[in-house]
Amino acid sequence: MIRPFGSDEILFLFEAARWTSVLSLAALALGGLFGLAVALARVSVSNVLRTAASGYITVVQGIPVLILLFLAYYGLSTMGFDLPPLIAASLSLGIYASGYLGDIWRGAIESVALQQWEASASLALTRGQQYRYVIIPQSVRIALPPTVGFLVQLIKNTSIVSIVGVVELTRAGQLVNNATFEPFPVFLSVAAIYFIICYPLSLIARRLEAQFNAYRAG
Amino acid sequence: MFQLQFAPALAETPALLRGFWLTIELTVAAILLGGALGLAAAMARNMGPRFVRWLVSAYVELIRNTPFLVQLYIVFFGLPSVGVRVSAIQASIIAMTINLGAYAAEIFRAGIESIHRSQIEAGASLALTRPQILVHVILAPAVSKVWPSLVSQFILIMLTSSVCSFVSVEELSGAAATIQSATFRSFEVYIIVGAVYLGFAILLKSALASVGERLFRRPGTAPRKAKLAAEPGGLR
Repeated sequence: MIRPFGSDEILFLFEAARWTSVLSLAALALGGLFGLAVALARVSVSNVLRTAASGYITVVQGIPVLILLFLAYYGLSTMGFDLPPLIAASLSLGIYASGYLGDIWRGAIESVALQQWEASASLALTRGQQYRYVIIPQSVRIALPPTVGFLVQLIKNTSIVSIVGVVELTRAGQLVNNATFEPFPVFLSVAAIYFIICYPLSLIARRLEAQFNAYRAG
Repeated sequence: MFQLQFAPALAETPALLRGFWLTIELTVAAILLGGALGLAAAMARNMGPRFVRWLVSAYVELIRNTPFLVQLYIVFFGLPSVGVRVSAIQASIIAMTINLGAYAAEIFRAGIESIHRSQIEAGASLALTRPQILVHVILAPAVSKVWPSLVSQFILIMLTSSVCSFVSVEELSGAAATIQSATFRSFEVYIIVGAVYLGFAILLKSALASVGERLFRRPGTAPRKAKLAAEPGGLR
């Protein structure tokens, strides 16, 4: 029986959007953690770490999220881990995020003036203390706008995990479409919900960027 | 103990190559069409009447804040429901073009806005015609300034083409899906396909970078490296 596309279906979409948010937050947390490690390795004094981090960034940024997802999904299962799709999805999105966040944050750390390093070294701060009290606080301001901007990309890319059966917003849209055969209203509603989530973040990113530029100019 | 076996997947090399070729075709089509759409949109946004400007910024924001996959579904499932027949490949090219167009428009806009008014006035004072000013004073320097960002965006649309396998397009990822379901060597297939994407991304990046270098070299000036070599010690 073909159902009409009504308020129940809209509600179903909104409920599925919660999983989109959960996935995005999990990926952000994982990606933030890995990404920080990648960024610090990328600017480390050790040659090996720097090369490894730069290779990691190149690889992650050169492979589609879809393939990262399949590698995590099939890789883990062939190695004998029988993990639910949600875990494989969060892991692959986290790896994807770490490749981009690591690169963004490396740029932010490198943009802190060299004299800051020298001044803090002359105060006998250890390398950890230099990061903790001098470098990171200054680079956060620089890193924030592109990080929020990337969060929008991350949220949109959660749509891809619909293929391994996680019923997030896009998969929910497919299910509703299969039941109603009204692709235009269904997928336009799905797009509208993504827009409601992403557009405010885009505006925040733009505003932070304008503030940062004003700060730098002034 | 689990062991990787690449032989069953490598036996399907012809299918993988066909898929890779389709990925290349989709990417080239999207870059040409989406690049042109982006340039047109950026010009309309900078120079068009107010209504057109509003329309273009709505287009850019709507596309940039919704997933490509949903855009693809709207084209692939939506258009036939109102009587417009599109094949999966046509739908993919349309969606990729619309998607890239929005990002490219934003990049081109930044480039056009970076051209100072005095440049245009200087062009006018040299009796250049309006089309000459548009091409030589505004667009050429604008595009050369934002070329690196454009190249990154082109790489991203190439990677995004993998999503077209969702509507059964047999590009590289679609071919991989078919092969893995026949050979049950999923992990190996995706390692190979991942390596192909990575190699293509690196190749495309350096190829587009050198295209930019050739395209935007000012007439009469030597490439930067050669010039440095000509000056002893690189100092004047």
